Amino acid sequence: MMNMAEQILPAAEMERTGGKGEPVIRLENVYKTYDLGEIQVQALRGVSLEVMAGEFVAVMGPSGSGKSTVMNILGCLDRPTKGRYFLDGVDVSGMSKDELARIRNKKLGFVFQQFNLLSRTSALENVELPTVYAGIKPEERTRRAMESLRRVGLADRAGHHPSQLSGGQQQRVAIARGLVNQPAILLADEPTGNLDSRTSIEIMEILQTLNEEQGLTIVLVTHEPDIAQFTKRNLEFRDGKLKRDRLVEERLNAREVLKAMPTAEEEAAEDAGAAGGAGTGAG
Amino acid sequence: MDFMNTFRLALRALARNKMRSALTMLGIVIGVGAVIAVVSIGQGAQYIVQQGIQAMGTNAVFIAAGSNRAGGVRQGYGGVKTLTVDDMNAILAEIPLIKQAAPALTSRQQVVYGDQNWNTAITGTTPNYFDIRTWPVQAGSVFSNEEVDLAANVCVIGTTVARILFGTDDPIGKTMRIGNLPFRVDGVLESKGQNVNGQDQDDVIFAPYTTVQRKISGITWLQFIAASAVSQEASVAAVAPITSLLRERHRIRAGSDDDFMIRTQADIADLQNQTQSTMTMLLGGIASVSLVVGGIGIMNIMLVSVTERTREIGVRMAVGATEKDVRMQFLVEAVTLSMMGGAIGIILGLIGSMLIANLLQWPTLISGKAVVAAVIFSTLVGVIFGYYPAHKAAQLDPIEALRYE
Repeated sequence: MMNMAEQILPAAEMERTGGKGEPVIRLENVYKTYDLGEIQVQALRGVSLEVMAGEFVAVMGPSGSGKSTVMNILGCLDRPTKGRYFLDGVDVSGMSKDELARIRNKKLGFVFQQFNLLSRTSALENVELPTVYAGIKPEERTRRAMESLRRVGLADRAGHHPSQLSGGQQQRVAIARGLVNQPAILLADEPTGNLDSRTSIEIMEILQTLNEEQGLTIVLVTHEPDIAQFTKRNLEFRDGKLKRDRLVEERLNAREVLKAMPTAEEEAAEDAGAAGGAGTGAG
Repeated sequence: MDFMNTFRLALRALARNKMRSALTMLGIVIGVGAVIAVVSIGQGAQYIVQQGIQAMGTNAVFIAAGSNRAGGVRQGYGGVKTLTVDDMNAILAEIPLIKQAAPALTSRQQVVYGDQNWNTAITGTTPNYFDIRTWPVQAGSVFSNEEVDLAANVCVIGTTVARILFGTDDPIGKTMRIGNLPFRVDGVLESKGQNVNGQDQDDVIFAPYTTVQRKISGITWLQFIAASAVSQEASVAAVAPITSLLRERHRIRAGSDDDFMIRTQADIADLQNQTQSTMTMLLGGIASVSLVVGGIGIMNIMLVSVTERTREIGVRMAVGATEKDVRMQFLVEAVTLSMMGGAIGIILGLIGSMLIANLLQWPTLISGKAVVAAVIFSTLVGVIFGYYPAHKAAQLDPIEALRYE
């Protein structure tokens, strides 16, 4: 995978702000403290950051760095102990649980490491799930879900259940589910953590396409530098603080990388234990 | 999320664990089914009791002599000598609520026909008595008012007496002996079967009251008067005027006890209602025990289900389900379980009571009220026992739930 570094996307840096003035995400001096009875854990200690529309950001850091906590707060699954969070211009840091549920439904799309699709439920119905809670009428739900599946190239698998799909396909269904309510941001938590390296790059290809061609803002958590290299900007966390905020200079283009990669059959023939890299060991 | 969606979701979730859902429902099925079956048997029994009370004559008012205190000693019914035919005539004349009345006095006698003999009660009365008690003859006829005036030796017998004394012979026109006197049998009454207390109502002989007073008992008074009011309400309304009339006629001073006792159909109905409510309470007790047991089963399975589906709950919350959405989802699932159990229970209960009716020849009466109550109760059980698991699901933290293995 080392040759990936040579694939550079020239336009990456100028696309960084996406051309819009208002940030989609703005964290202002956010603290998060977990009260575990006897001890208090400070997961975030004064994080401030902005993400503009059209950005593709990787949140990185070792475990315990606070990257999961920041993702939970960005995802409106958790509230900051102190500080403010503006999502799409709205202060959500003081919202009630129900209000947050509505925000998650309308403004956010989630992609998880374990896919988290409902078992024994068709891909189409899985993708429909957020529209159900948005109170959209059944015909419109199906229409949107099909459209969403088309965007990830799985329209022909609409009736399949998760158990009938490969890991990569399941993750694409999950991405389609994340897109169906036309969110302001797609949040992906280690989306390639459970996938082999080739499938991982396929997923990154979809995310890159969505970002570049459809202007979708994506925030992705990963601990793999290789994966972060496909994004436009890397935020590195350590000890609950944002330590480094840098633009990706030698950005990889997933489509190019895939072309250069051996196919699954070739790999099998070589009997290469190439599952390392982006494949396993995610936490 | 709209209701139909939630309901469809619930059905699908239940269909995923068919065996488990069926076993969980079984508790409710058995509870509801048993209640429906037992209630229809109970109602059948009650229907028979009601028929029995009807058989005593509608709108009937019974005035029994007795309850006179003489120096602190009360005599039983019929033990006093103050109730007379004149009293009866006065009631008929002065109380328009009463349309018919018949005197009655009873004496136990040995009766003989051919080589058969029997001991039974001879009741002296008038032909009106049979109207009041709606008790026609099945053969022959009732003695006439002329025969009453003449104190004739004629009688009407019940089917039990007819069977014991006459066997296969036709008793009509035959002469039998009551005590030491010969009596001609004019008619055989229709069978009334057992009364509410289990006594054989067909083991009776009726004769003119004049005959019984003068020739058998040797008394001039009556033991009771059977009367009938113009309506059921009138039978209750007539109690007060009859009481004051008889107290006046018997010269009972204010503050003294009556020397008679009046009972109406309504009293008997009251008694029956009491029995009925005791029965209902008993059944209600059984029902609630079995439904509570079924409900605990539902709660148990729903708790397991919430734990199993923690990840699903997390996903739903992440994509926008509110606490209320999640709570409703699990609540509807629990209620669907209990209502389906209730519905199957009702069907099985109805089939069960029909089987009992056919196989055991027990009377059953399917109660609409019991069916409605079963539906309401099984729904309530679902809501009450489903609430806690549903609440627990709704209170899950989405982050924890998504991380749950």
